[in-house]
Parts: sequence; C-alpha cells; structure tokens
Amino acid sequence: MRGWFLPLAVAFGFIFLYAPIVSLVVFSFNESRLVTVWGGFSTRWYGELIRDRQILGSAWISLQVAFWSANLAVIVGTLGAFVLTRFGKFTGRLLLTGMITAPLVMPEVITGLSLLLLFVSMELTLGWPAGRGLTTIVIAHTTFCAAFVAVIAQTRLRQMDESLEEAARDLGAGPVRVFFDITLPVITPALVAGWLLAFTLSLDDLVIASFVSGPGASTLPMVIFSKVRLGVSPDVNALATIIIGFVLVAVIIAGWLMRRTARRM
Amino acid sequence: MDASAIAADTRPWRDPDAQPFISVRGVTKKFGDFTAVSDVDLDIYKGELFCLLGESGCGKSTLLRMLAGFEQPTEGSIRIDGEDMAHVPPDRRPTNMMFQSYALFPHMTVEKNVAYGLLREGLKKSEACAKAAEMLRMVKLEKLARRKPDQLSGGQRQRVALARALVKRPKLLLLDEPLGALDKKLREETQFELIKIQETLGVTFIVVTHDQDEAMTLATRIGVMKDGMIEQVGEPREIYETPDSRFVADFIGTINLFEGRVDAAAPDMMRIRTEALGDVLVSPQSGLTQGQQVWAALRPERFWLTREKPENTRNAWHGHVEEMGYIGHMSQYRIRLDSGVLVRASQSNRLRDEDPISWDEKAWVSVNPAAFRVLTR
Repeated sequence: MRGWFLPLAVAFGFIFLYAPIVSLVVFSFNESRLVTVWGGFSTRWYGELIRDRQILGSAWISLQVAFWSANLAVIVGTLGAFVLTRFGKFTGRLLLTGMITAPLVMPEVITGLSLLLLFVSMELTLGWPAGRGLTTIVIAHTTFCAAFVAVIAQTRLRQMDESLEEAARDLGAGPVRVFFDITLPVITPALVAGWLLAFTLSLDDLVIASFVSGPGASTLPMVIFSKVRLGVSPDVNALATIIIGFVLVAVIIAGWLMRRTARRM
Repeated sequence: MDASAIAADTRPWRDPDAQPFISVRGVTKKFGDFTAVSDVDLDIYKGELFCLLGESGCGKSTLLRMLAGFEQPTEGSIRIDGEDMAHVPPDRRPTNMMFQSYALFPHMTVEKNVAYGLLREGLKKSEACAKAAEMLRMVKLEKLARRKPDQLSGGQRQRVALARALVKRPKLLLLDEPLGALDKKLREETQFELIKIQETLGVTFIVVTHDQDEAMTLATRIGVMKDGMIEQVGEPREIYETPDSRFVADFIGTINLFEGRVDAAAPDMMRIRTEALGDVLVSPQSGLTQGQQVWAALRPERFWLTREKPENTRNAWHGHVEEMGYIGHMSQYRIRLDSGVLVRASQSNRLRDEDPISWDEKAWVSVNPAAFRVLTR
C-alpha cells in the first residue's frame, strides 16, 4: 500500500500547491499577447515591464514600505517578546500575551478599516499624520508584522538558556549591558528570520495598504490588482515571477537561519 | 602546638569563637504557596569547601541562587564577609557562580568568555586577556583559547566554566552540580582537580550536589537538606558515622534500621528491645530515657559474618544467606535471620584465597555494641 500511495499523494499535494505558480512562471515567458495561448518563448514582457514607469514607481514604494516596516516591526516585536518572557508576572501580562498575537488572527479588512479611522481622527485632532501615504502604510504594516516578529522572538527567548543572562549578571554586567552583550547576539538569527518574514508580509499586503494609502502612494500589489481588473496582461506575469523569485530566496534564508539556531541550542 | 589547636586551625567550625565568613540567618524562600527554603541557619567559614547535599527539589539550588543574588529571600538575612547582602544585585556581589549548564556564551570564544568578567570590572583589554590566559593555563586549556564553546567536549566546557568563574578571584565561588554532566571516570578525576584548585587559590567554595559520593570526597563539611530544611551539618565522617536522623542515615550510604524501645540503661551498656532482633546491646548514648522509641542504626560493613556461632558476644543472630553480590573488593549480602528479618551486610575481600560464605549457607551475624548509632527521629 505504502509503496505507491505515498509518492502519489505527495505528487498530488505538490501539483495542487504549485501548478498555478508554475504555469504563471511559464506564461511569463510567453510571446503571445493573449495570456492563455502559447506563442513561443520570449522575454518580451520583462522588457516591457522595465519600461513601465507606473509599475517601477510602485515597486520602489513597496520596497521602501517593506524595509521600514520590517525594521520597526523587529524593534517593537523584540521588545514585546522580551517583556513577556523575562519580566515575570506583571499587571496586564495576560492581556498583552493575547493582544500581541491578535493581529495574526484579525481579518485584514477590520485591521485596515480601524487603522484608517484612527489615522483620520488623528489628523483631525493632532494634525499628524498629514494626509495618508507612505508613513501611514509603514505604521499599519508595522502593527501586524510586529506580531509575527514577537512570536518568533518569543519562541527563541523561551528556548534560550536563561542562565546565560544570569552568568553575565554574575560576572558584573548590569541588565542593559546583558541585553546587548548576551541576549541580542544569541537571538539575532531569529530576529533576522523575523525581519525577512516581516519584509515579505509587507511586500505582499494588499488589503491593509488599500485602506491606509493615499494619492501617489500605491504599492505594487495595489497596482497589479487594479491592472488585472482591466484584464490580465502578460507583463503582470513577468512581474509576479520576479516577486516569486525574491520571496523564495527570502524564505530559504529565513528557514536556514532558523534551523541553524535550532541546531546550536 | 597541640593537636586540637591544629584541628581548630584547619577546621574553624570546631572553634566556638571563630567568625563565620558567610552567615545565613532564618532564611525562607517562598514561590507563591510553595516554600522552597524554610528557616535555614548556616555558618560557613573562610576557605571551606562546603557541600549542600539533597535530592532534587530539596531547596539546595534555591539557597545557592539566593547567595548569588538571583533570588531574594522572603525572610531572613544573608551576610557575606560581614556585609548584608539584601538589595545587593548579583553584579555587585563578591561571589561568582558556575552554572549546572555551564552557561558559556555561545557567540564568544573561550578566551572572550573567560575575559568577560574582567572587562566588566573595567580592566584594560590587554590586561584582561593576560589574566584570562593565565587562568586557562591553570585549567590546561590554553591551546583551545580561540575555539567556540560548541567545538569543545563536555569536560573542556566544564573547565572553561570553572576558569570563567574563578578569574575574578571571587571571595566565594558557588558551584551548581559542577560535575553532574561528566561521565563517571572524568568525574572522579575532576573531583581531585577541583580540590587542588580550591586549595591553591584559597577561595571559599559552596557546592550543590545530589551525589553523596561527590559530597563525601569534596567537602570539608556537608549540609544535608530535605524539604527546604537543613537536616544536619557536619564533616563527612560525622554525617556517615553519627547521623542525627533516619533520613540522613539512609540518604548517605546504606543502613539497617531496627525500631525498638530503650529497655535498660547502665553506665557502660544500654539495652534496646527490638521486634526484629530481640534485645540489642549498644554503647550508651546521652539524652535517652527509659521506654523511649528509638531506631538502632547499623552500617552493613559493621556486621561480622561467621559460620560458627561467635563467642563472647550476645549481639549475635543466626540466619541464612538469601542473596550475595560479589563486587570484587567487597561482597554484599542479604541475610534472612531466623526471626524473618532481612538484614544487609557486607564484607571486604581482603584475602585472595578466601572461602567466602555464599548463597543459601547458614551463617551467624554479630555486632560490636559500639557499632550501633541510636537514632531518635
């Protein structure tokens, strides 16, 4: 039974998950203007992509947003994880434990809408942020990416032998010194993995960005989505292929880093 | 100088006027409802190698962590070298600790691990490195200074941890199961190395261990702990020969316990009426009253095993050998006495061509009255 069943099941699994992606990559090299008709191999659409100002502009915005929100998410997420794993019991601990992971399960529509309402009312009362654009998208992405980073950092901090920190205290280092000398270097691989994950999530997000972005600050997923609504054009296939390449590399690096730290434990 | 003066010099705890180096007074530690350490009083003197011995969960590690400053006592006070340690954080205490997991910093080389404490003291980098190198020579690791901890064997890691804890020349070194992770052979070698280092540097050591042999070999004195309390403090020989309670007697080595009542106390001999052995003659012990419930305790090696009934003694019982284990330097016996009681005895095999008593043989066991320790709890 096992002889043929297992390979077959695995094959079906892979086809189910990856056939759409493979077909997308294949059709990105299609000569024909019709997306579903094969017209021979060509890199024509990649060339067209490079000449498309709108797409390049939005890609640049997306990269900026992803970079800044990943940075901020790592800082906020690490602080949250550190407080939850190292400060023992304090008032509001249980609430924080629940709330820090809430963005993981919250429907994006709700997150996006609530942030939009917040930004609008903040602009009315505080005058900041003035209008919506890059800043508001970065803030919005930081909130939900920080949740992912916090989960990863928390796992690593829990696994980490706390006597390392105690040993440093014992040898004469104050608490802040211990954090920068011992804790941070030990959990760095997990933070890098968290950063890559945050970067990818931010790059990928359509729903939240659509809510909180303003004129002139359209991210790449927003541009693709609006293009596809007018009919799928082959250059979008080329763009998607490039993005898949980037995501693949990021995921492989993140996975490798996480495995390496797990082995070192 | 007479003999007792020498003894007081190397064994300050025997001198009633000696000032303790560490004094623990009424220390209690509670974690929520659970009392980990309960009202402990303890005096430890300069240059001692003191062992806290007990099963896991007896509070010995918690006591050690309170000395290091990682836990605050719920009640009571700890003084080290005359200074009250309340509110002194671990980084300001004159103590260093060697952790059970060794806690070597995985991202630093051996050299940097050892120099870390010196750099935090404000030493220059070159000075710190020189001192670290000197310490590494002492533990014979100078060749591995550039390695990372994950490239070392268990024994090497243990020595790095020791070097790192000693390099600041603390007044007090706390060691949490220092040999626990080593295999048996390495452990025995390391025990004597540890004693040598301790004597060379003259640092006071407090060692936490669950291994009785380790405590007996290492310690100047042992504190036996149970359920957060100190059961008995004494030199290894006192703990073994004159235990205060059934728990201590049973925890250190093997013991036969015979429950009974004090029957008659003469100045030179005392009689205890037991159910297991009938009347037993023991050397008199102070503080016992007629009719008091006691336990006559006897180490297995104090039984004499003979085929013939021994003369000149009334402490002799007949039985047969149910089981015997030949270990080489000694043999262990389980002997069923005619009264039905099973006793444990052992004999050292001093002669090569002996014809030892073996399985299913009839035998007599006899005991010198001075060999019994009478316990009241």
